Amino acid sequence: MTRFLLRRVLFGVLVLWLISVATFVLFFVAPHDPARAIAGRLATPETVALVRHRLGLDEPVLVQYWHFLTGLVHGDLGYSFYSSASVDSLLVSRLPVTISLTLGAAVIWVVSGVLIGVLSASRPRSPVDRSATVFVLTGLSMPTFLLGLLLIYFFFFRAHLNGFDWFPAGGYVPFTQSPYGWFQHLLLPWITLALVSAAVYSRLTRGSLLETLGEDYIRTARSKGLSERRVLFRHGLRSALTPVVTQFGIDVGTLLGGAIVTETVFGLPGLGQLAVQSVTNQDLPVIIGIVLMAAAFIVLANIVVDLAYAVLDPRVRLA
Amino acid sequence: MSVPLLEVRDVVKHFPVRSGTLIRRQVGSVHAVDRVSLSVQRGETFGLVGETGCGKSTLARCVTGLHPVTSGHVLIDGEEITGLGRRAMRPYRRQLQMVFQDPYGSLNPRRHVGAIIGDPFAINRVAGGADRRRQVQELMELVGLNPEHYNRFPAEFSGGQRQRIGVARALALHPSLVICDEPVSALDVSVQAQIINLLEDLQAEFGLTSVFIAHDLSVVRHVSDRVGVMYLGKLVETADTHELYAGPRHPYTAALLSAATPPDPDLADRSERVILAGDVPSPIDPPSGCRFHPRCPRAQAVCAVDEPVLTGAPDAPPSHQWACHFPLAPGERLT
Amino acid sequence: MTLTDLQEVARDPDVPAAIEGRSTLALVWSRLRSDRVAMASAFVILAIIAVAVAAPLIAHAAGWGPTDQDRVAGVTPQGLPVGPSARHWLGTDNLGRDILVRTVYGARISLIVGVAATAIATFFGMVAGLVSGYYGGAVDTLLARFMDVVLSFPFLLFAIALVSIVGPSLKISVIVIAFFSWAGIGRVIRGQTLSLREKEFVEAARSLGASDLRIMVVDVLPNLVAPLLVLGTLLVPTAIVFEATLSFLGLGVVPPTASWGNMISDALPFYSVAWWFVAVPGAALLTITLAFNLLGDGVRDALDPGAERVFASRRRRRAHQDTT
Repeated sequence: MTRFLLRRVLFGVLVLWLISVATFVLFFVAPHDPARAIAGRLATPETVALVRHRLGLDEPVLVQYWHFLTGLVHGDLGYSFYSSASVDSLLVSRLPVTISLTLGAAVIWVVSGVLIGVLSASRPRSPVDRSATVFVLTGLSMPTFLLGLLLIYFFFFRAHLNGFDWFPAGGYVPFTQSPYGWFQHLLLPWITLALVSAAVYSRLTRGSLLETLGEDYIRTARSKGLSERRVLFRHGLRSALTPVVTQFGIDVGTLLGGAIVTETVFGLPGLGQLAVQSVTNQDLPVIIGIVLMAAAFIVLANIVVDLAYAVLDPRVRLA
Repeated sequence: MSVPLLEVRDVVKHFPVRSGTLIRRQVGSVHAVDRVSLSVQRGETFGLVGETGCGKSTLARCVTGLHPVTSGHVLIDGEEITGLGRRAMRPYRRQLQMVFQDPYGSLNPRRHVGAIIGDPFAINRVAGGADRRRQVQELMELVGLNPEHYNRFPAEFSGGQRQRIGVARALALHPSLVICDEPVSALDVSVQAQIINLLEDLQAEFGLTSVFIAHDLSVVRHVSDRVGVMYLGKLVETADTHELYAGPRHPYTAALLSAATPPDPDLADRSERVILAGDVPSPIDPPSGCRFHPRCPRAQAVCAVDEPVLTGAPDAPPSHQWACHFPLAPGERLT
Repeated sequence: MTLTDLQEVARDPDVPAAIEGRSTLALVWSRLRSDRVAMASAFVILAIIAVAVAAPLIAHAAGWGPTDQDRVAGVTPQGLPVGPSARHWLGTDNLGRDILVRTVYGARISLIVGVAATAIATFFGMVAGLVSGYYGGAVDTLLARFMDVVLSFPFLLFAIALVSIVGPSLKISVIVIAFFSWAGIGRVIRGQTLSLREKEFVEAARSLGASDLRIMVVDVLPNLVAPLLVLGTLLVPTAIVFEATLSFLGLGVVPPTASWGNMISDALPFYSVAWWFVAVPGAALLTITLAFNLLGDGVRDALDPGAERVFASRRRRRAHQDTT
């Protein structure tokens, strides 16, 4: 167990290191000059050189990487080229938005996805199952940004025109400031983010549950005379949910790194929006910070998933 | 005695058992085949029997070069073939072919029969185009398949027919030695006889030499000139077929024989049946001394210490050898 | 256990469903043909391809090129897009360009990116999975780990970072999408190859003296056609959405070239009063992804009719996560 954890953490650190190298290399191999971009188009070569020196960009690449790496070990991701705020503080200020968005959406998609999956698996090929399939395929085919725009169109523009002031068009209110405002601002983004995942989860649950219901021990439970509901929930769902847990961990891990599209469409000041802004601004330290944090969430989620797997399924041994 | 067509000398095959987290290291090995020697003369059929997991299939794969041997030598016509690369091995492969156990697994389900039987020609770059097709269809006819089924897929054939396809593939390049690895054990009993008869006919027709592996003594008795008995990676007894069946010397052979289904159940004396105690021990950590001693009714203290070597006796023909400290006397029954 | 028992242990002819059955395309085709939803989807896809190919003809018939601005009646006096009319059948955008013509040209981009990225990703995924699964050992450890690392990348984040540096273009979109898609396919193919290489027919080929390359191509690959076909068909809509998302974020196809993603992005300030500006490219995008997903499902069912549509195991890691 400890060895397993140690091995996974070591591999995770390796992955993070590789990603940091990849991001770093990407920005230095690229034929562009952040100093020139920051100094402005009309800046004299002297100004550009000054900016370059101030940002430490005149040092050799390896030295720069070394500074970056030593900072990283101390939890210091450096300073933004633009706002001169520390990357750490930028990330910390954006994190609550992304966490609110991700966790709220996760609740919606897990509940609805598993429910739909169970419904359609309990009556395969029934009308319920068929409509669920339509829902699933629509969800899988729907680009997130399109769904977000549709929701804004109907629940903001159209509703507004007809005198219903249900939702704002975008923005964010912290929970601590106004719980209702927080909910109001996040409901449409939650639905947007949840729909695609709900489709994946209902498909996952359905498939896995059907597979489980074909097993011998389920037949035994049925032949013992247990009620169908009891068979489904007590015996079937328990093992059928293992793949759902796996997917859940990975999805939450990925989204915590920033739900880029959803945040952009709804103007939520989360990590995803920060990422798009810093990419447009060529703000290297912030980009590296976000990429690393996102990757760290994914790596962490994978480890948690493996642990959960072992708890749920006693056959899995962590070796 | 002339040079045997196949000679196996002290062949050892261990499969490493690895464990470890970051650095995987070998913690043990499966002693699948341990210092086995045997030889097969041209034109002879050698039967190899033993329980599942005794190493007989592994030995076959060592002989055909599918598994590299851990140590020891395999000689074809007196020439060493162990450790030869794929290219150097080619001329020998044409002489040495194999019929596999599972007629379902040994035929690629996504390729039609013509392509499967044509593989030996394609791989060895002999006969192409229409010529290959003609030869493949001749082979199909030879093994009792309808040549018009050239374009069908394995799933469209029964188990017995599939094994005929496997036989046709093995015979394509007219090998001198065919190794049949339990060719009938996956088939229905009613089909087994057909395939065995086919193999016997083809052996006679082409003057084939063969090694016939089975876990069923009655099948081996039917087809073999000589028989070797394996237990946990060791060859424990070898003799001419009639000699072995008439007077087994090794207690394990005797137990196997007593357990074989008698030809006529009414005549069989059920009390003669010897039931061996316990299960086959793990080949990862085989018993010391004689590997059979934990289950042997005749075992004594020395059996756990000294490993018996394969020897004969003055009262037996020279081809009859066994590895036992306390062999049965000729005609003696195991109790 | 007695010896007799041992001898009588029935040897089940173990036939894994995954590779059973003849792969005669005719059989699969006949099953697919009886699947009305799949056939309708295939028809829709063919129609979209036909429209994309005939884009210049449609532009000619409509009387506007994809970047032509109607300076006479293209926008309202307030500078807003004009709705559907005889002059512009599906309306105009904020620059007075014809939405229909631009949408038709956008289909070209979507199809090119979707198919090219899928082809590249499937090829590399296939090669990597095949080599990794077949050779095992150190090669496998290295390749499988590499795939894990690629799958651990925050996809979209890294994609936009990359595009922002090298500059957006059609070529870069294809490369980025392919790079983040091949590992998922590679992983599935690796798993299948791992079990296939233990089959006796692989041993049989080896005992005949076949080279590793021949075994991989002639013996293993035909058994991977089914999963590759399904994975490939389902990757196309993912790639199309990926491209649309990149273009939507301004990091895909460069304006004024029309892509559904950048059309919808252009529409953002205007669509509250000009619904057609989003609705037309949006409907086109949804139609094509839905058609490919439905077709992919149909292909899977046709290839594997026995399975009670057990989607789960094969789609577990499908990269739907990348464009949220």
